[in-house]
Amino acid sequence: MPAADFLLPKLGADMTEGRVVEWLKKPGDPIARGEVVLVIETDKANVEVESWAAGTLERILVEPGDDWLPVGTPLAVIAGEGAIAPPPTAPGAAAAPAPKPAPVVATPAARPAAPAPRPAPERVHVSPIARKRAEALQLDLAHVAGTGPDGRITLEDVERAAAARPAAPTKPADRQARMREAIAAAMARSKREIPHYYVGTTIDLSKALAWLAAANAQRSVTERLLYGVLLIKATALALREVPELNGFFVNGRAERRSNIHVGVAISLRGGGLVAPALLDADRQPLDALMRALQDLVQRARAGSLRGAEMTEPTVTVTNLGERGVETVYGVIYPPQLALVGFGAVVERPWVVDGQVLARPLVNATLSADHRATDGHRGAIFLDVLARLLQEPEKL
Amino acid sequence: MAKTTFREAARAAMREAMRADPRVFLMGEDVGRYGGAFAVSLGLLDEFGPERVRDTPLSESAFVGAGIGAAVGGMRPIVEVMTINFSLLALDQIVNTAATLRHMSGGQIGVPVVIRMASGGGRGLAAQHSHSFEGWYAHVPGLKVATPATVADAKGLLLAALDEPDPVIVCENATLYPMQGEDEDATPMRLGVAAVRRAGKDVSLVTYGGSLPKALKAADDLAAQGVDAEVLDLRSLRPLDVDAIVATVAKTHRAVIVDEMWRTGSFAAEVTAQIVERAFDELDAPVARVCSIEVPMPYAKHLEDAALPSPERIVAAVRSLL
Repeated sequence: MPAADFLLPKLGADMTEGRVVEWLKKPGDPIARGEVVLVIETDKANVEVESWAAGTLERILVEPGDDWLPVGTPLAVIAGEGAIAPPPTAPGAAAAPAPKPAPVVATPAARPAAPAPRPAPERVHVSPIARKRAEALQLDLAHVAGTGPDGRITLEDVERAAAARPAAPTKPADRQARMREAIAAAMARSKREIPHYYVGTTIDLSKALAWLAAANAQRSVTERLLYGVLLIKATALALREVPELNGFFVNGRAERRSNIHVGVAISLRGGGLVAPALLDADRQPLDALMRALQDLVQRARAGSLRGAEMTEPTVTVTNLGERGVETVYGVIYPPQLALVGFGAVVERPWVVDGQVLARPLVNATLSADHRATDGHRGAIFLDVLARLLQEPEKL
Repeated sequence: MAKTTFREAARAAMREAMRADPRVFLMGEDVGRYGGAFAVSLGLLDEFGPERVRDTPLSESAFVGAGIGAAVGGMRPIVEVMTINFSLLALDQIVNTAATLRHMSGGQIGVPVVIRMASGGGRGLAAQHSHSFEGWYAHVPGLKVATPATVADAKGLLLAALDEPDPVIVCENATLYPMQGEDEDATPMRLGVAAVRRAGKDVSLVTYGGSLPKALKAADDLAAQGVDAEVLDLRSLRPLDVDAIVATVAKTHRAVIVDEMWRTGSFAAEVTAQIVERAFDELDAPVARVCSIEVPMPYAKHLEDAALPSPERIVAAVRSLL
């Protein structure tokens, strides 16, 4: 019976480390594929991590504790039932050929420590002794500036960088600061790597809001639909028609996804945000989607999201309307291809059939990766989105 | 202590050896009545007579061959070849005979001959008297190659060569003959031991023979620029003190090899290869070489100067590594 390491998964493109909060299984327990095995704390949330493999939890290698562990750290040994299908490629992970024999891997995201794909960097020139010394000092040469001829990293550069390095890894103690760091890393990567283009349009929501009011009149208070869920559903359906915007840019090219998992940007109390996924948002009826959204917001704010929710979003929707802004110019969450932003619903003069009328309007914007699509596709997407919101009963 | 010169030190070594051992004798072109083309043997004829200080015909193949034969026959000959360029006429004797007999006789026949030759440029003697082929001889197993660069070594390495049971080529860079130094009683030396002539920590200048004074001058110039250069004098090319080369590179992590051979296939190339093989992980910069420009040695002084390694070129090579 093959055994394999259960590795600390990468629960999002910007995750580099995590720590074990709680084991939900104990040695000897059988584990079904997709079953939650433990809770991992990331910079953003406590995440319930599922096993991708079926088998038996043979041994726990890392007990809950304060240690921050790099992605890819073996956490447990799972005795498998035999050949295990390789996990689907995680959004942030390189689509390397499945290792053989396929290892037991924690979640779809768990290609261990696979670095987020980047444009192939130029080879860094490092003198032999500098390389050797850096290894001894466990110094990452990617962050050492070379001062030798042609920018070569010399022994002196390594010694200087090592001396400048803080004695212990600086992991801000509180989650706020860590989340800020994680957001900073993801957004810096986005702006560094993704050539954004932006298109926007104004959509008349009078039909959608009227339909919503009528629909909610039939529902109990707890079952009422929020207007935001219409936007999410409409976005998901629009992506069916413009699938080029749904997926990831990995390994130097855009990869479309057939599932539409809409990441919902959720502001957290005390600052920061997460954007976990509403899975298969295009296929869920509005009521189910509403319940899922409420559950997701609640859990995001409680800091207990599931691994798949963190890794799966194929697109992100951000609605800053409640903050009063009219237009959002969003930054794409890498390696996704697009982000859809909605501003506040405002009542403004609007020309309908030659008459100026007061209408509730919303500015919808699309930020998209110009490597994957052009503004033309972006415009079509917004056009479809606007059309769908004119037929709310079909959502 | 009295001053002496490189030339006089080499002469003193021959005199000392001839006084100590009746088997030692000197032969070569103009070594007797003329005192040697570079006056190294001046006065030896008077002291030791024409039996032991023999002028030879202008036939390198013949008199080098005769020296090899005398060595096989039990003598300890010193053969002077006027320049290393001319030694090519005796290459067959040296490479095919002197270097091979011990091997081909199963160890029965040794060839304890010392062949001295003036090497190097810088004296306005143009393209047939000025070259540096010591690395060619160092290529040949069965030979040993000494390259004295100091007054003390002119004597000490020559005496060490005379102690060797096998043929030794002693390359005396002719620009060194007038160099002055202390007349000290050389402690006994042996071949294959390099010497640090100047300690430093930033870069190693590895050199030998006529390039040593240039390397030392370059080290002084570099010191004025805040670069602390170590200078290693190889002293013999075969056997080669690889441990000393590795040690200096391990200390400074940068190496510039200086020799007067043409760059392609120069002895500097061998030193470079040894460093890469034995001290790769010590390197903080590529190894650099300063060698002669690849032209037959020009006659015109400014062109000859431009063709040879110079302190300026050594400094520039060092700076390119920092």
